[in-house]
Amino acid sequence: MSDETSDRRTGLRSTLASVGSERGRFAIGNLLSTNTETTGMTANSGSEAAETTAAERTTDVGADSGAEMSAADRPLGSPQVDNAIIESRDLDVFYGDTQALQGINMDIPEKQVTALIGPSGCGKSTFLRSINRMNDLIDVARVEGELHFHGKNIYDEDVDPVALRRKIGMVFQKPNPFPKSIFDNVAYGLRVQGKDDDIEEQVYTALERAALLDEVEDQLDESGLDLSGGQQQRLCIARAIATDPEVILMDEPASALDPVATSKIEDLVEELAQEYTVAIVTHNMQQAARISDKTAVFLTGGNLVEFDDTNRIFENPESDRVEDYITGKFG
Amino acid sequence: MSTDTDGEFDFGGSAIERKRLYGKVFLGLCVSAAMVGIVALIALLADVIYESWGWLTWEFLTYPPSQVADHFVPENYGDLDTGPAGMYPAIVGSIYLIVLTAIFTLFLGVGAAIYLEEYAPDTRLTRFIEANITNLAGVPSIVYGLLGLAMFVRALQTGASLIAGALTLTLLILPIVIVSSQESLRAVPDSMRQASYGTGATKWQTIRNVVLPEAVPGIMTGIILSLSRAIGETAPILMVGAAVSMFTPPDLTSPTGAFSAMPMMIFEWASQPDAAFQHIAAAGIVVLLTILLLMNAAAVLIRNKYDRRA
Ligand SMILES: Nc1ncnc2c1ncn2[C@@H]1O[C@H](COP(=O)(O)OP(=O)(O)O)[C@@H](O)[C@H]1O
Ligand SMILES: [Mg+2]
Repeated sequence: MSDETSDRRTGLRSTLASVGSERGRFAIGNLLSTNTETTGMTANSGSEAAETTAAERTTDVGADSGAEMSAADRPLGSPQVDNAIIESRDLDVFYGDTQALQGINMDIPEKQVTALIGPSGCGKSTFLRSINRMNDLIDVARVEGELHFHGKNIYDEDVDPVALRRKIGMVFQKPNPFPKSIFDNVAYGLRVQGKDDDIEEQVYTALERAALLDEVEDQLDESGLDLSGGQQQRLCIARAIATDPEVILMDEPASALDPVATSKIEDLVEELAQEYTVAIVTHNMQQAARISDKTAVFLTGGNLVEFDDTNRIFENPESDRVEDYITGKFG
Repeated sequence: MSTDTDGEFDFGGSAIERKRLYGKVFLGLCVSAAMVGIVALIALLADVIYESWGWLTWEFLTYPPSQVADHFVPENYGDLDTGPAGMYPAIVGSIYLIVLTAIFTLFLGVGAAIYLEEYAPDTRLTRFIEANITNLAGVPSIVYGLLGLAMFVRALQTGASLIAGALTLTLLILPIVIVSSQESLRAVPDSMRQASYGTGATKWQTIRNVVLPEAVPGIMTGIILSLSRAIGETAPILMVGAAVSMFTPPDLTSPTGAFSAMPMMIFEWASQPDAAFQHIAAAGIVVLLTILLLMNAAAVLIRNKYDRRA
């Protein structure tokens, strides 16, 4: 069962953080157990790389984890986690004069799935984009406050957003494969990052992990645009994980897909959390409940209202507004 | 159904006839407007081809010109010690001119477009520059000719040379190339750029690997169409001093040498009093138009080949 995976993981991670992570995982556990065996197999090829990064990571996390969270903007629930890889502290984002995020304070735990839910326009995508500095591409966007990745504020002067994005990959709402072959789509990140030794093997591994290899093995030279919407999105996931980032950000990755394709993506997200930290935006409540370990609820005006274990958010939220939102009274 | 039914709904009745008539009249006007252009073009082409009939030979394409109209007449070719006459130096001159112009515009035009579209901040200055590039596209070609004369021939001392002609033509089409290249770049969906940045690509990697490949067909089409305009321009090369009676093609290894070009040659022949030269000019025009049509066809082919959305 999941023993072999957890063995490997505890081996990799020497921090106390892992204990918290295991607990978080098993709380949701039952759903996952069927999948873990297969992931365990496919994941092994990547474990070597993971080992080195894990080693680098230990020192960073130990030194800085648990940055202070100001009392004023602290959301309800438990926004601070032990094994945080990302810590948002009083993060404000403005588009011109309008403020889209108001003092966001929350952590994203390592190698778990964190769901961001809330009604349209409440700033979920904005928050996600501020994690890998994609907001830099929007002329009018301005970020204040801090966002730590491995304890380092990514908005410091000396942080190169390109280097950051190589650690924090992204999957977008609308599948956006390049008008290139399936192979070249997956190889794109490897090539631009200069990781192009054994490119073929890495592409196959990524397609396999994205649960797409079986469907496209015979047509790797054909255009990525010829795939169905669901396949395109899994191709984009393969492209994002090919370079082996640490975090994968997903902005409503299934919102443009039919139910069958959606459930494939959901299964995939759960499997990815074995290897990667996943932050996923969704406005599908059932989806959040099914696949995430932690849930952050944003409500109108760019406020993070509550952050907690997914079970707690869905069973017994502290905020009445969150309860109303989750039970479908508004939004 | 007719008007005398008691239903509340009026299906149009007699008014519909009138509306249909208006519709037909309007359609007729539009068709005849389209026809005027097409008929005029066909008449012009037919006239030129008719005039050139019998004068356009292989020798016409491969021999230097002559002052004497008789030297162009195919029946006389055998009797001439000087050999047949044609427009060979002008054809080669025009081709060299276009190749050089293409190289200059490619770098300047696409470079400027990439800067304006991908790099320049959206400031008032940028918008001012963009607005003026659009305005420059409307400046008459003779003005560019004067500019070329002052800037290249005189100030830069290039003389009445191939390079001066090519630079002048470059200035002439640069605004159009910049604007059309900018449009091609703008048409690349932002989601493509985001996908690229999201996988950790730098700005330049994104432009080179994602944006440019998408935009190149559009950029090429714009450049070729502009070049086909440039190849027919007479005023600018007249101003920079293209020669009329060149007996050898220009030498690419010394691009500061004198040159002739097709529109210049045709202009010269058309202004000769001897009626025979009208036929020779017509033959020249047919050659020029053929090259033009080939270039336009190439542009259409490129566009169709790469336009996936079509
Ligand atoms: N590029 C942008 N320019 C200006 N305003 C934006 C931009 N993107 C988002 N916004 C505004 O920021 C707010 C939050 O948007 P967003 O993060 O997309 O919300 P969500 O993903 O939760 O639907 C909205 O009011 C939206 O209008
Ligand atoms: Mg959104």
